[in-house]
Amino acid sequence: MEFRDNKAIYLQIADYVCEHILLGKWKADEKVPSVRELAVEMEVNPNTVMRTYELLQNKNIINNKRGIGFFVDENATEHVKTYRKIQFIDDELPVVFRNIYLLNIGFDELEAKYKTFVKENFNA
Amino acid sequence: MEVIKTNYTLVYYLTNTVGMIKINNLNFGYSKHKPLFKNMSMQLSNGHIYGLLGKNGAGKSSLLKNLAGLVYAQSGTLEVMGFTPAKRQPALLEQICFIPEEFYLPSVKIDSYVKANAPFYKNFNHSYFFELLKEFDIPANNKLIDMSYGQKKKFIIAFGLATEAKLVIMDEPTNGLDIPSKAQFRKIMASALTDDRCIIISTHQVRDLDNLIDTVIMLDENDVALKASVEEITNKLTFKKVKELDESIIYAEPSLSGYNAVMPNYHNEDSKLDMELLFNAILAEKIKFKPLFN
Repeated sequence: MEFRDNKAIYLQIADYVCEHILLGKWKADEKVPSVRELAVEMEVNPNTVMRTYELLQNKNIINNKRGIGFFVDENATEHVKTYRKIQFIDDELPVVFRNIYLLNIGFDELEAKYKTFVKENFNA
Repeated sequence: MEVIKTNYTLVYYLTNTVGMIKINNLNFGYSKHKPLFKNMSMQLSNGHIYGLLGKNGAGKSSLLKNLAGLVYAQSGTLEVMGFTPAKRQPALLEQICFIPEEFYLPSVKIDSYVKANAPFYKNFNHSYFFELLKEFDIPANNKLIDMSYGQKKKFIIAFGLATEAKLVIMDEPTNGLDIPSKAQFRKIMASALTDDRCIIISTHQVRDLDNLIDTVIMLDENDVALKASVEEITNKLTFKKVKELDESIIYAEPSLSGYNAVMPNYHNEDSKLDMELLFNAILAEKIKFKPLFN
């Protein structure tokens, strides 16, 4: 995996896991790769993956079944959305807001663009 | 009797998770007038990959040689798994795998080399060795002398890891490896780290290894300038790109779009450790970092 420059590696791995869950590649109650397997795949220190898994356990996205391994929580999709929403509001939205302010973009203009975007990309 | 006694030390060590390596007030130098380490102290534990950094001549290779019992300290103590490496007891040496930067391999085939050297390591794992050779793309019936530098390096890494030694010491392991081999090396090291193993890698090529290292040890001016886990470093410091410099910034380097900067982590940000930037920052502003890590 290509890591980006500005975000801690253990958080980038958390994003990778969350993405797999949202896309349905890893389903509820299924086993996720072991710490070692994911560390080898990502070419990172296993302690880093352990830190990712501890974070995701705290967010109730994965569970540790002692002696068997880590599993996707039955409500993982909901929990991923909650976790990602907080991240988006805290980290990404301020950057967007800054540009909206600096470039003096109106909210009605944004709303129109947003609606077109949703239509084109999600057919909704 | 000596052998039995030392084995007890090892059993004690392995059943009790104490610091694997204990260095106390170590003084070392190749000449009395030019000390390399002055009263150096530090402890290292199993379950970690330590990245040993330092300028040329800071003593990285010398520290590794001290750990492997290849050179002797002038004073102070150095303990590895309860042993003193300088005594070179077989019970310890079979638990140490040392991959030096420069090495010599005899003019024999791989299987004769293994036949002659594997018996020194009682846990040598032959099937793991051949697995590693395969992963590194080295034909098992090659003659060592006919291989390129990079292939030889991969061979000794494979042999070293197959010893199943508890202490793995590597001096510049990625030197001479081509691009695919570096990725294979990272995968192999990620799977080689177990709870009972301690891995120490010295390197100038931090970009090759920075995601493998969980704890940074930096040598400078005859001592340990920094020993801290990546987590501790990024808890205390933020690494980020900034447009303009201000006084909160401890150290910065110009980049395309502004500056790459290091500053105290005031806002609890989870940034990615930039090991090269940290290295240069500590060399330049050692006094400012000292109070942060103690």
